[in-house]
Amino acid sequence: MAEHQEFICVTCPMGCAIQAVIEDGELKEIEGEACRRGIDWVRQELSDPRRMLTTTVQVEGGVLPLVPVRSRDALPKDEILPVAALLRHVVLQAPVKEGQIVVADVLSTGVDIIASRDLDANEERGLGHPDV
Amino acid sequence: MGKQGIYPGPSGGEGGYDVAVIGAGPAGLAVACAAREAGAQRVLVIERNTEPGGILPQCIHNGFGLRIFDSDLTGPEYAMRWIARAEALDVEILLDTMVLTMDGAGRLTATNGRQGLIDIEARAIVAGMGCRERPLGALAIPGARPAGVYTAGTAQRLVNMDGYMPGERTVILGSGDIGMIMARRMTLEGAQVVAMVEALPYIGGLRRNLVQCVRDFGIPLYLSTTIVEVRGRERVEAVVIADVDPDAHSGPGGRLPTKAGSERELACDTLLLSVGLIPENELSRMAGVALDPLTGGPLVDERLQTNVPGVFAAGNVLHVYDLVDDVTESALRAGRYAAEYTGPDEAPSSTVAVRAGENVRHVVPQRLHADMAEAHIQFRARTPIEAPTRAIVRIDDQVVATRRLRYARPSEMVTVPLGPEVRPRLADAREVSVHLLSVEEEDTKRG
Ligand SMILES: Cc1cc2nc3c(=O)[nH]c(=O)nc-3n(C[C@H](O)[C@H](O)[C@H](O)COP(=O)(O)OP(=O)(O)OC[C@H]3O[C@@H](n4cnc5c(N)ncnc54)[C@H](O)[C@@H]3O)c2cc1C
Ligand code: SF4
Repeated sequence: MAEHQEFICVTCPMGCAIQAVIEDGELKEIEGEACRRGIDWVRQELSDPRRMLTTTVQVEGGVLPLVPVRSRDALPKDEILPVAALLRHVVLQAPVKEGQIVVADVLSTGVDIIASRDLDANEERGLGHPDV
Repeated sequence: MGKQGIYPGPSGGEGGYDVAVIGAGPAGLAVACAAREAGAQRVLVIERNTEPGGILPQCIHNGFGLRIFDSDLTGPEYAMRWIARAEALDVEILLDTMVLTMDGAGRLTATNGRQGLIDIEARAIVAGMGCRERPLGALAIPGARPAGVYTAGTAQRLVNMDGYMPGERTVILGSGDIGMIMARRMTLEGAQVVAMVEALPYIGGLRRNLVQCVRDFGIPLYLSTTIVEVRGRERVEAVVIADVDPDAHSGPGGRLPTKAGSERELACDTLLLSVGLIPENELSRMAGVALDPLTGGPLVDERLQTNVPGVFAAGNVLHVYDLVDDVTESALRAGRYAAEYTGPDEAPSSTVAVRAGENVRHVVPQRLHADMAEAHIQFRARTPIEAPTRAIVRIDDQVVATRRLRYARPSEMVTVPLGPEVRPRLADAREVSVHLLSVEEEDTKRG
């Protein structure tokens, strides 16, 4: 049975609306993608939908109480909420470096969670403390 | 962010700075880098926050830098790259310092806790103050003003930088990008997003955010719906929503008209507002900079210079951008032009006004010099056209540039470049106008 399905590609801000015809889980026809990456997007959505995760983890002794983190690559969509819940309980020690691994191979997905900015320790500099 | 010392204060005297920039957001940083690269010796950026980066340190999501760096960066990562570049170019950044006045003759006063009042002189000044969010007061929603009402950007700062959750059950009014991004953010932090409510029949932000921030998490989205009442005495307890009636006249105080009997209550403890951004132009007004009522930002020429000679504008202070890459690109141009500015006796050439034509809400720049070298005409659609569309630039009745688009949406800015080849036409033109026409409509018109 051929089935019509609409996808919105999120690979870039264009957000193309892509009309696809799918038969037995296979992509048969595709229309509306402005570039090739749209085809990859639909294939990925059909076989193994993935999303980037960006969130924060707590930091002790830093100039801010939190540091932003991200998944190095996209995670399986169904793992987004469980990984986010796990990261709510992670606590790092300052200083933190951009790119530092926060959790390796999170929930056995093969994807690392990394820090997405530098965060100095509190005594290093008075970021957030204007009177220092 | 990153490693920066406390920057040396501006050392007045010595004829001051070549270029002074107000605000160290992505616009201010790019202006400063480009000005240095174009030969300006002394470039100063003044920033009221304790770290540079503008709004970016709180925008922890990805989606930044796809065009400029060809990689999908988070806001803090994008900011760190520009901060490093500014440092490498010996840009002076004065943090934790608020600019208080701008006089239109190259003078600023600023203040910080270390130096008290500081006078700053510069040949060219670039406004890079960004924008602020529209508050609830601007919306004419009746009801008390209980705790638990935040603008989406304020909530973003609380959640992403201060580690404070505004509430457990949230309703979001408006479907701009910040609102959608906060819908996902609150969900990831374990809160429930009860609904997103949008008065227009279409979403305000990018469609990619609709997918990855709203639909992915099954958050209900009510289009053509608005909030008519906020309930709760001390803390928000519920909001009342109702269907917008497109045929009726607006109610008292500019309230949106709604269909009688369509009201229903949504229980919640928090209301986030994502109902628009307003360019931050208090200082511009002080300096006598003329503003465009349509954009809320300064009226500028193709060099992004305001009506006040030597005062330029870049980034969200000029008009609200949706993509940081566009902010950076236009700010790089503004920085170059500011560095090239030699003083008020630069021979003025005549200008031609640029008008927002068919289905165009507003356009920047609002005037072009007849002897211009290049211009980037940027504008937004008034209403969405979900079909192939042609962007058209005319000088008087002559079409001088077109760009074919797959569609035109108010949430996505369109840029059409013009080159020196249009100069002969500009010389004695009455006006330049920009239009967005669906290809079909245009064909019918042509007959
Ligand atoms: C919540 C949110 C999400 C976004 N998401 C994306 C996205 O996913 N992808 C993308 O590409 N773009 C995104 N954008 C857009 C992009 O980040 C902004 O357009 C960009 O930050 C604007 O840069 P700016 O430098 O003009 O303003 P800002 O970043 O706001 O910087 C202005 C700076 O000026 C300073 N300032 C103001 N007044 C004074 C004064 N009197 N004295 C001293 N300093 C002053 C402020 O403190 C601030 O640091 C997002 C924007 C927001 C708000
Ligand atoms: S198909 Fe290509 S242009 Fe369209 S959203 Fe995807 S990546 Fe962007």
